[in-house]
Amino acid sequence: MSEQTLKPEQFAKLKKSEHAGELVVRESISAWKDAWIRLKENKLAMLSLVVLLVITLLAITAQYMTPYDYKTNDLANTNLPPNSEHWFGTDSLGRDMFQRTWMGAGISLQVGLYAALVDLALGVIIGGIMGYYGGRVDEVLNRFCEVMYSIPSMLLVILLIVVMEPSMFTIVLALSITGWINMAWIVRGQVMQLKNQEYVLAARTIGASTSRIMFKHLIPNAMGPIIVTLTMTVPSAIFAEAFLSFLGLGVQSPAASLGTLINDALKAMTVYPWRMLFPAVLISLTMLCFNIFGDGLRDALDPKMKK
Amino acid sequence: MSKPLIEVNHLSKFFNLGNNQILKAVNDLNFSIAQGETVGVVGESGCGKSTAGRTMMRLYEPTNGEVLFNGKNIYQMKGAELKQLRRDMQMIFQDPYASLNPRMTVMDIIGEALDVHKLAGSRKERKKKVEQLLELVNLNSAYASRYPHEFSGGQRQRIGIARALAVDPKFIIADEPISALDVSIQAQVVNLLQELQRDMGLTYLFIAHDLSMVKHISDRVAVMYLGKIVELARSEDLYNDPRHPYTRALMSAIPIPDPEVEEKRERIVLGGDLPSPIHLPSGCPFHTRCPMATEKCKVDVPKFLEVKDKHFASCHYA
Repeated sequence: MSEQTLKPEQFAKLKKSEHAGELVVRESISAWKDAWIRLKENKLAMLSLVVLLVITLLAITAQYMTPYDYKTNDLANTNLPPNSEHWFGTDSLGRDMFQRTWMGAGISLQVGLYAALVDLALGVIIGGIMGYYGGRVDEVLNRFCEVMYSIPSMLLVILLIVVMEPSMFTIVLALSITGWINMAWIVRGQVMQLKNQEYVLAARTIGASTSRIMFKHLIPNAMGPIIVTLTMTVPSAIFAEAFLSFLGLGVQSPAASLGTLINDALKAMTVYPWRMLFPAVLISLTMLCFNIFGDGLRDALDPKMKK
Repeated sequence: MSKPLIEVNHLSKFFNLGNNQILKAVNDLNFSIAQGETVGVVGESGCGKSTAGRTMMRLYEPTNGEVLFNGKNIYQMKGAELKQLRRDMQMIFQDPYASLNPRMTVMDIIGEALDVHKLAGSRKERKKKVEQLLELVNLNSAYASRYPHEFSGGQRQRIGIARALAVDPKFIIADEPISALDVSIQAQVVNLLQELQRDMGLTYLFIAHDLSMVKHISDRVAVMYLGKIVELARSEDLYNDPRHPYTRALMSAIPIPDPEVEEKRERIVLGGDLPSPIHLPSGCPFHTRCPMATEKCKVDVPKFLEVKDKHFASCHYA
C-alpha cells in the first residue's frame, strides 16, 4: 500500500448548501404508517383482519346470495340438514339458516360496534376530564366510576332489559352503562401521564386552548391504548349479547343474533347438530379474530411492548 | 441600567404533597432582568431552577409574589392581555425528545403557534412563515413535512427554538436547553441563541447547570440553592470573586483547560446531600454543608445583601 500525501489544495470549504450530511434521506413516515407497516408483518393479525372483513362483507351481502329470507316459515321443510338449496339447512319453522346465521352475525357485529362507539365517546370525554383537571374533579368522578363498577354489571344489564323492551337499543344501552368505565380509566391514565410532557407545556406557553390541547396533543398520543381497548370491547360486547340472547333477553324473533340462534338450536342439539354448528363456529371465529387482531394492533402501536 | 423588562418580587412556589408536607420548590425569589440582557440561573438538580422558570412562565400559579412584565403583574392578566403575554414570553424546553409532539409534523408543530394567534392568513402564508422560521434556525425548509422522530437531538432543539420564535417573543426562558445535547451540538445551539439575541433584541433567562456555558452566554448569573438565590452578580464578578461558599464550591468544580493550572486546582467537595426541600434547615439553608458554618448560621437567616457593586450574596461572611 502506498501512502498518499494530501495537498492543501485538496481541501476546500464546503458551501452551506452543499451540506448533505444533515439531510435526512429516509422517506418521511408518520407514526400511523409505521404502525401499519409493523401490523402488516404480523401474519396472524392480518389473517384475523381478513377473516373479520369477510364476515362483515357476508353479513351485509348474504341476503342477496340465496332466494330465501330470514323470516318466512316453510313448514314443509323444517329441520333440513345443509343441502344445495338451504346451504346451512333450515330451523324448526323451516326458515333458511344461511340467511338467519348471517343476519345474526350482522346484528352481533352491530351490537359490538355500537357498544364500542358509546364506550369510546363517554370514556374519552369523562376520562379526559378526569385526567386533565385532576384534583377534586377527578376524585368525584373516580368515586362515581368505582361505585358503578362495583355493581355486578350482568345483574344491572338483566334488570334493565327486564324493565325495558328487549331490543338492540336496550342491549347496547345496558352494555354501555358500565362498559365505558374501563375506557375512561384507560384514557384518564394516559392523559395524566401525557399532560406533563413538555410538548403539552409548550402548547400551553403558546396559549393553546384546553380543547386544542385535548384534541391535538393528548388524544392523538393516547390513541394507541384507546384503539386497543376498543378492539377488546367489541368481542366482549358480542359475547355479552350472545349470553343475554341465550337467556332469552336478546333480540326478539323473527330477528336473530348469533346468541338467539344457538339458544334455539340447543333444544334439539342432539338431533340436529348443524343448527348449532354454524352460529357457534361463527361467533367463536369472530371473537378469536378480534382478540388476535387487538393483540397485534397493540404490538404494532406500541413497539416497546414487543421485544 | 435601563428599565427592567422582567421584575420578580418575592416569588414562591410551594407544592402541597398532602399529609401536611409542603415542598418549598421556590422560596422568595427577587431579581430583575433588563431589556436585552441574559440572566443565567445555575444550581444543582432539585434546587428549583425549572420550577422558577415554569412559574415565571405562568405554567404554574405561584404561592406568593409577583412577576412584572413591562411593569404589569402577569398573574393578574386575563383574556386578550394574557394572550399577548403568551406571545411576548416563550420557553425553550430541556428535553428535545419530549418537547415535540410525536404525532405532528414540524409544519404543524411550528404552525400551531401561528394558528393560535392567527398570525398567518392563508395556508400558503403559514407554510412560508414556517419555512422562514426553519431557515432562521439553520434547518432545511424541506424538513417541514417530517416528523420529530426523524431528527437528531440538536435539530429537534432547533425546531423547539423555531416554535418559540414563531410568535415573535421579547423574552425567552430557556430551561436547560443544552443539557440533553452532545457537547459539540451544545455550542451550535448556544451560538444560535446568541445570534438570535443580537438580531432580534431578545431577553433571556438561561437555566442550566453547566457553569462554563452559563458564563459564556450570560451577562449576570444567579446561583440557586434550595429554592433561594444565594448569589447574584455580573458573570465576570461571580466567576472571579465568588462570595458565597456554595458558589465557591461550584466554581471549584469547573475544570480549567490548562494542564498546569488544572493540576493545582483545589476542589471544594461539599459533604452530605442536598437537604430535602420539604424540611428546610433552620437559619442559613446552606449551613448543613457549608465548610465555614458557625453557630450563628444555624440560627440566623442571612439577608440577601449587596456585598460589592451589583454583587449580591446571602451569607453572614460574604
